[in-house]
Amino acid sequence: MLGVKGWKWMQMKNSRNEMDEVDEENYLVCSCPFLASRLTAAIPVVGAALFAFVLSSLLRTSFSDPGVIPRATPEEVAHIERQTIQAAVVQTESEISRPPPRTQEVLVRGHPVKLKYCFTCKIFRPPRASHCSLCDNCVERFDHHCPWVGNCVGKRNYRYFYMFIVSLSFLCVFIFACSLTHLILLTRDNKPFLEAVRDTPASVVVSIVCFFSLWSILGLAGFHTYLTTSNQTTNEDIKGSFSSKQGQESFNPYSEGNVCSNCLYVLCGPTPPSLLDRRGVISIQNLPQSLDPALRVIPEESRDVSVSRKTYGTVWSSPPSVTVDMTLEELLFFQNGIAHIESPTKQVAPAPPQPASPPPSPSSVMSSGTSTPSTRSSNRLVAETAAGGAPAATPRVNPMGSPHQDEGAIVTHSSPVEPCSPSPPPPSANHLRLLRDTTMIESELDLDSPEEASRVTRPSAA
Amino acid sequence: MPMNHTSTPLDDLASRGGNQQGCLKVFVQRDYSEGTLVRFQTRFPPELEDKIEPQLFEQTINTMNSIYAEAEKAGCSTYCEGCMACLTAYLIYICTETHYEKCLRKVAKYVVEQNERIYVPRGLLITDPSERGLRVIEISVLTEPAAATRS
Repeated sequence: MLGVKGWKWMQMKNSRNEMDEVDEENYLVCSCPFLASRLTAAIPVVGAALFAFVLSSLLRTSFSDPGVIPRATPEEVAHIERQTIQAAVVQTESEISRPPPRTQEVLVRGHPVKLKYCFTCKIFRPPRASHCSLCDNCVERFDHHCPWVGNCVGKRNYRYFYMFIVSLSFLCVFIFACSLTHLILLTRDNKPFLEAVRDTPASVVVSIVCFFSLWSILGLAGFHTYLTTSNQTTNEDIKGSFSSKQGQESFNPYSEGNVCSNCLYVLCGPTPPSLLDRRGVISIQNLPQSLDPALRVIPEESRDVSVSRKTYGTVWSSPPSVTVDMTLEELLFFQNGIAHIESPTKQVAPAPPQPASPPPSPSSVMSSGTSTPSTRSSNRLVAETAAGGAPAATPRVNPMGSPHQDEGAIVTHSSPVEPCSPSPPPPSANHLRLLRDTTMIESELDLDSPEEASRVTRPSAA
Repeated sequence: MPMNHTSTPLDDLASRGGNQQGCLKVFVQRDYSEGTLVRFQTRFPPELEDKIEPQLFEQTINTMNSIYAEAEKAGCSTYCEGCMACLTAYLIYICTETHYEKCLRKVAKYVVEQNERIYVPRGLLITDPSERGLRVIEISVLTEPAAATRS
């Protein structure tokens, strides 16, 4: 509820930011000299100081690192891969049907928190971190991506952002009051109101603009004040991470205890320096291709279940000349993504007559396995796959080396190839379950149920 | 994926102790049990058995943890620093170094010193966690190739 409001406020703030400059100019030209001569010289001084503060914090918010978590080194990725594969193998050998999905669970002050694996950054995201799809980075204590500021708001720049909003609301109130005073003082000089308006039309415009933008900016400041006092982020508030559910009492494990210390900690607490190495040199060894050679080999079994390697063109387009070189994990992940794509495709373009009693095709097994999500949420998943996975894989290479970049190729390829890759049903079904469980898909679904997803998508755009 | 390739004391150590690339790496993960503060697990990794004494290892990690705790301690001086920065419209950051940065440099210094004294003679090398985004402590086993643990 509040989150949606916050989003609206943010939208309105846009107009505010731009108009603020105009207001300030108008104000400086029209009302300021008048008020300085009539009332006190402090007015222009205060106005200038506020304006400087607003501008300074705005620039700080825009140009500082929000707390981007550096991506994993190739060795680290290999280490995580090895652990995950080992865990999966051990689990299947001991006939436990559900291997662990790609999440870790940790206790934060006795409160269980799920750490999700980020397939772009190749790390288990720390608590409170989230991947920003616009910046394509994991950001610590992710609040939201603010398009008006043009940056993510996270651990490192939240205080600047907050001070920006608060000081902007003060500035807004200040300008509004000054313009009104100007008008009122003029009318008190025994002039009719209309004549006063004719004298300073700019003051009228400024006060009207201020009046309307005041509410949005005050609302946003209020909302973020509430978040600061409870040491929450916009992201957590929207998702309702700490809201009381199922009779449990709401509990924020990151809170400092009381309102005052939360405010102090968030606004004046320790300032972690940026962890990015801005001047680092990328050498060949640092490129993600230098992964363990063992992991590059695609096991035979996974080839059996592969939907159709040619359909990779549907997920991301790679330059024609390159050849594919994928990690096992990526292959599995993309297969899952494609399986979701394929089912709607088949409805649109009827496939050629299938051979008599065809074995269950991988896509049908897959969609029956994950039949709970509505099409909308599975579409969203695919979109995420394409958005999140593609940039990471771009420097990488393509299996068949065959360039199928045009969208039309999807249908032509998916339908004839599918019957050609039959696999013995029982092992493939087993294996598919394994694949599904070792990837993120499952955990994505139970965390973002469809209605929650629709709620989440809007603020992430805001 | 930028990495630091200027010549730091660590790199010198690495070249002295052998090639850091392609050797076995052991990772010490973050410990989130006390919140999102920077803290590393003190559990002794089994890969390091009979390479270093568990007490020495634990002492190193604990010292690093305590420096990080000091960096993130929400004390009076930190708050004053934050308030001062706010009052100067955050322009103070241009000319001064924060408490946190000082502590991170302390950690870097400590890591170099520990490497020299304890780890490199035993064929190990710790990488400063801030070069890995404070996500992990990377310990390279310089004497073993990476293939050793692959199952």
